[in-house]
Amino acid sequence: MANPREAIKEDSMILQKEMLANLFKELGNTKETGKKVVYTFVPGNLTELILSFDMLPVYPEINALQSGMRKKSAAYIREAEKLGFSEDVCTYVKCDIGMMLNGNIGPTGESIPPPDLLLLSYTGCFTFMKWFENLERLYPGVPIAMLHTPYQEDGQITSDQVEYMVKQLKEEVIPKMEMVAGKKLDMQRLSNMMSKSAEAEDLLVKILETAKNKPSPIDAYFAGVYYIGPIFTAFRGTDEAVNYYKELYKEVEQRLKLGLGPITPEGELKEEKFRLVVEGPPNWTNFREFWKIFYDMGAVIVASSYTKVGGVYDLGFRHNPNEPLESLAKYCMGCYTNMNLPQRVNFLADYIKDYQADGFLINSIKSCNSFSAGQLMMMREIEKRMEVPVGFIESDLVDPRYFSYANIKNRLESYFQMLEQRKIIMTQEAETA
Amino acid sequence: MRQLNEILEECSVQAFDLQFNKARSWKQESDGRVLVGYLPIYFPREIVHALNGLAVGILGTGDRKQIIKGDAYYQSYICHLPRGIVEMALDSSLLEFDGFIFPAICDCIRNLSGMFKLADKGKFQRYFDYPQNFNPTIGGRFYRHEIQKIIDDIQSINGATLDFEKLNHSIGLFNKNRQLIEEIYNIRQEYPWRLSAVDTYHILRAGLVIPVEEHNKILEDVIAHLHEERGEPVDNIRVVITGSFCEQPPVGLIKSIEMAGCYIVDDDYMLGSRWIQGDVPDNTDDPLGALVNAFLTQSTFSSAIYDIDNSKGRKLVERVKSRNAEGVIFSAASFCDPALLDRPDLQKVCDASGIPNINFQYHENTGQFKVIKEQAGTFSDSIKLWA
Ligand code: SF4
Ligand code: SF4
Repeated sequence: MANPREAIKEDSMILQKEMLANLFKELGNTKETGKKVVYTFVPGNLTELILSFDMLPVYPEINALQSGMRKKSAAYIREAEKLGFSEDVCTYVKCDIGMMLNGNIGPTGESIPPPDLLLLSYTGCFTFMKWFENLERLYPGVPIAMLHTPYQEDGQITSDQVEYMVKQLKEEVIPKMEMVAGKKLDMQRLSNMMSKSAEAEDLLVKILETAKNKPSPIDAYFAGVYYIGPIFTAFRGTDEAVNYYKELYKEVEQRLKLGLGPITPEGELKEEKFRLVVEGPPNWTNFREFWKIFYDMGAVIVASSYTKVGGVYDLGFRHNPNEPLESLAKYCMGCYTNMNLPQRVNFLADYIKDYQADGFLINSIKSCNSFSAGQLMMMREIEKRMEVPVGFIESDLVDPRYFSYANIKNRLESYFQMLEQRKIIMTQEAETA
Repeated sequence: MRQLNEILEECSVQAFDLQFNKARSWKQESDGRVLVGYLPIYFPREIVHALNGLAVGILGTGDRKQIIKGDAYYQSYICHLPRGIVEMALDSSLLEFDGFIFPAICDCIRNLSGMFKLADKGKFQRYFDYPQNFNPTIGGRFYRHEIQKIIDDIQSINGATLDFEKLNHSIGLFNKNRQLIEEIYNIRQEYPWRLSAVDTYHILRAGLVIPVEEHNKILEDVIAHLHEERGEPVDNIRVVITGSFCEQPPVGLIKSIEMAGCYIVDDDYMLGSRWIQGDVPDNTDDPLGALVNAFLTQSTFSSAIYDIDNSKGRKLVERVKSRNAEGVIFSAASFCDPALLDRPDLQKVCDASGIPNINFQYHENTGQFKVIKEQAGTFSDSIKLWA
């Protein structure tokens, strides 16, 4: 079999790679530098707060997804299952625990240091809490700080909820962070970082919204997961993130000006045949193959919910330097999976309209009840309301046992045939009208 | 006093009346009454009671109803409980319910609250966020707001007033209910042969769908009967069951465990009814505050509650010791993340304390118990042999 073509990389991707390499290097050097390490989650992360204490964040989900991409996850998951974790539970948790039991080797081959603090700030998923309860036992004696984020059960963020979160931050989370960092919170520094967060957030929204153009210069799902990387993780609130998004925006604008389609690992997409909105996370173990199926069909993902798990900035939220703690609270509560189902349906329906999508597709993840429970009803609602063809495929994040290439390809091929036929009918109708 | 068999028969019917006939007729008896369905695990039913309502536990359909439509709403890798609930919501079973409460125990129940919103079932559908912060001025305040939302919902339907006397009265009734339930468990601890695990299960489950006053009467009568000797002791081991707090095992499974040689001396099947440990003060001028405080300081251990500084493992070991049990059976619904993610650590803690344990998974409509029975039988034999 021929080797797959070397993936095409944009400058911004190289920049991001460097940023990550530097972070992992810093993490590898903590013994020498004495920097403290905080394990925390992507949705509802308090990155600016962590960085304002000069501590280094580690995101176990990112480790898990990278293990998936590096084909290490199957063995890690097996390891955790040997410890007694059921086959049925979230594979991110098992992959992370398996990785930890195997020396916690990060993507750059260096070992990730153990945590000095487990910062359980999480949103939109119950499993996060169970995950850190387990980690707390695997790292005995490590302090743990919990920030409980209320759910937007009523489709809104209320002042009581904000107050609850700010109180937790002030009275419990920040004092623990101060204790671990050995210094007091510098509110001015935090506030300054928030300005940078907002600047990067503005740029990210502009980038994602370029997909409203035809053809779209970006893929807002497969490439989107790279675009959100810095802002969803260790770089929000930094100059590096702002520079990254400036560079990315420049590239995207250039492609837009030239009327070019998205860059994919297989090369530029020459003809945009279908525009889709996708709900659900991608599969990581076969990420490139998965993406290629869409590339081969000329399908572009113009908007996705997954790229909103770490913040729904296109609905207008920005970190606010004038109310740093309140805006951290609102940020946590605003993340996509913390929105109730009617909000999620409205949000996706608006995407279909605003991004002129031809169809709506769900990639339902076996691991993830937070996304998956209720998705079939969401799909029906969207079909009813938007009258676009809907598609449904199933896979897993990092457990290769649940990625069936042939099955997914077959389903997608039938789905694209349906989209094709609909296009033909609509063109005929338009001509006869 | 009624005969025990008669009471047990009634409870076995009530426990699985998926049309909720008793609750419906209770509502029709008088104007202004409301029916509020709540899902596992815990909800302070006292609130609904004091507002002229009946809080009805909705635990799924078990193996008592064929799921036709509900399955079309869920992928194969999601637990079974919500399918049955959707099935009930799509037929006439829940028609007379005024509102629904979805306690914050997992993402399935959470998202089910959204499905009820989308389908516009009942006059209100509330996701009930338990605080995971147990400081009275932080989590306590938040919890009070959560309860207040439900008070407002009910009042907007029936206009009932909530004064502290009424709420104190309701608190007293539910205190009584928990005391009586604990008494049954205490009697069974000494004389487990007097009431089978299945009968105990029916009695407690019936309590979720009938008024608390009636349930208290049933419990009192059962206790009176249990003070008399009945049944024959057999050479069974004594086990605690854990992990079954939400989706319920089929009754056949509970029976199989007992028939395999295990007296179930404690369990978490009806955890919501036993959630608060001890009494809630029922003579204060802030009964709502008393309920809030009880949640913060008297909650039992559970997979739904953040347990750092309050270890579930330690509490499970204490429970095993206080019940004089010889082993633990981890019995959880398939695809139940909260229960299954807790299991490895709890098993480790049991192992470290020398408590023999086994584990298995089920669906609420599992029809085959042969393997589980064999497993439980081997477990029982091994304890008898090595104890
Ligand atoms: S259940 Fe989903 S959101 Fe939660 S930890 Fe697992 S993958 Fe992440
Ligand atoms: S059985 Fe478990 S996963 Fe399913 S609804 Fe209940 S708690 Fe949630």
